[in-house]
Amino acid sequence: MPTGSSSMSRRDLLSMIGTVAGSAAMYQAMTTLGFAQESPFTGSLKLDGDPKGASVLILGAGLAGMVAAYELRKAGYKVQILEYREVAGGRCWTIRGGDKYTELGGFEQECKFDEGQYLNPGPWRVPYHHHGVLHYAKEFGVEMQPFNQVNHNAYLHSSKAFDGKPQRFRHINADFNGHVAELLAKSTNQGGLDQAVSTEDREKLLDALRGWGALDKDYAYVKGVDSSERRGYRVDPGGGQMPVAEPSDPIGLSEIVQSGLWRNLSTGNLYEFQTAIFQPVGGMDMIAKGFEKEIGDLVTYNAKVIEIDQDDQGVTVHYVDSVTGGEPKTATADWCICTIPFSVLSQVKTKVSSEMQAAIDNLPYAASVKVGLQFKRRFWEEDEHIYGGITFTDLPNTLISYPSSEFFSKGKGVLLGAYSWGAWAMQFTSLPPEERVKKALEYGAQIHPQYNDEFDNGISIGWHRVPWTLGCYGTWSEDSRKAHYQAASSIDGRIAMAGEHISYIPAWQEGAILSGLDAISRLHQRVING
Amino acid sequence: MNQIKSIAGACAAIAMLAGSAVAALAQSSDATGGVTETNKVVQTDGAAIYETVCQGCHMPEGAGAIGAAAYPKLANNENLEAAGYPAYVIINGQKAMPALGSMLDDEQVIAVVNYIRTHFGNNYAEPATKDDVEAARP
Repeated sequence: MPTGSSSMSRRDLLSMIGTVAGSAAMYQAMTTLGFAQESPFTGSLKLDGDPKGASVLILGAGLAGMVAAYELRKAGYKVQILEYREVAGGRCWTIRGGDKYTELGGFEQECKFDEGQYLNPGPWRVPYHHHGVLHYAKEFGVEMQPFNQVNHNAYLHSSKAFDGKPQRFRHINADFNGHVAELLAKSTNQGGLDQAVSTEDREKLLDALRGWGALDKDYAYVKGVDSSERRGYRVDPGGGQMPVAEPSDPIGLSEIVQSGLWRNLSTGNLYEFQTAIFQPVGGMDMIAKGFEKEIGDLVTYNAKVIEIDQDDQGVTVHYVDSVTGGEPKTATADWCICTIPFSVLSQVKTKVSSEMQAAIDNLPYAASVKVGLQFKRRFWEEDEHIYGGITFTDLPNTLISYPSSEFFSKGKGVLLGAYSWGAWAMQFTSLPPEERVKKALEYGAQIHPQYNDEFDNGISIGWHRVPWTLGCYGTWSEDSRKAHYQAASSIDGRIAMAGEHISYIPAWQEGAILSGLDAISRLHQRVING
Repeated sequence: MNQIKSIAGACAAIAMLAGSAVAALAQSSDATGGVTETNKVVQTDGAAIYETVCQGCHMPEGAGAIGAAAYPKLANNENLEAAGYPAYVIINGQKAMPALGSMLDDEQVIAVVNYIRTHFGNNYAEPATKDDVEAARP
């Protein structure tokens, strides 16, 4: 983006405004990377035609595998699923009190949450445009509730700004927008944008800037009713003879810009996080349970796949008991849908084309960590009036998310106390589980001092230590998509891959669902057409 | 603030805003803090780098682990004989292992390569060189 007014076109200007207000530049960047595409799901799958008893072996009972099984059985296929774990769902996973979890390296945890409390270690939100996930949630009667993504009363925190004191989102948001609107209005008025903005657009733009930024009649962002209607008052309006309302003091532009707190202002504007966004009541795995209720009878649990073979007649898969080992067993079918993450599949002997093998061998898996913290009381609600939503911080825990359920309850509550990626996730993952919890407490206490008195217990998941994925999700780059995605998503002989990694919505359940549906649609065509 | 300067300031702030979101997306499709330190390892000592990064998968004492698939153990590992090999894998990743080259500078790579080649039962005394690392950089 040009940094002088002389080189700004109108389009640049509007796009700049869009960036602050609505994330146009981000949206464009997202589209380039394959994110932010509306799910093309258009309703129930129709697999017309008789498969004449054809059989399909599905590897993995996550959402991709289960949606494939559910739809294929309805269409008349003989279906069998092999699943490494003792339950279905894969990364659609919820941990509750009493659950035991042993990660790679043998580190054991037992969740001590109270009844009704939970942590979703993997996916935890469903955007309104993830039509596939929402379709099956509805079909299986999974109750959904709003997920509070943006909370204007949650915090933005930097350990290096405002003396480390967390700032309310609404203050930074209103003041950043207000100051930027004032700057643009000034420039417009002083003729600074004459090259870029036509006379006809000028007045309308000024109006828009005043409305957007809460500017006063002189296009200034100042202390007063206009700004306080956005950022809140110093003394809120009351009733009767209560003290007269007093506006609050905006924070200066320079302080906000220097603080870096503007970095997370637009997160909720991203297509994937926009309102409305949902979560299943009681935990994400309610969706997995919905599928499992339908097709659980098709699943062989505790089956660790050790070899996948195929010829022009069919597919043969060798597996052992994932708990006890023992003699290999064999499953055969005409076709195979393989949803095993490439992090695992790259170590399984698999008979596929060299192009497919190259795809399998070139997909790095992201590091991610989550820490769930149970507190004895909901101090964020009782003391700070924060009901759901997310506080962002520059500390390694990255964010704190408050529960979007059981508001105003007098009982305990579970916070997502850390949700980090990249190097920070690796550093969390390298610690023993209880040390991760301690770290999340240490960071979080800098934002909520109540942590020290109210902490009850916690649990942590580092995705690289999850025994059945060895990583969080498949990270495609632009180059690797060009080199390998076509092969990865093609039917290779009698085997088709599916899962979030075979989608343009990586890491999201919608990607898994769409990938599963797309794979079986193409497979079905092949079966029907001989 | 004069007018040109104020516009430039606003543009820079906005460009940073967009930039942070792109960085976040490149890293994941989810919300991230967007601060640059996220993807840099700050430790410089070989043992410290191992214990805060590598150990997440390769485990304490380089023991490795086995689940649905395995993390290779680094203990008594003959693949570490040539320093260039671990340097290459650390920088570029391998199969599902993410590339760490952007998180670690050359000195950090050398430090951790030297650490794993002289611990966990490995005794490859000849230290890794700047050449090993530079050859491995893409």
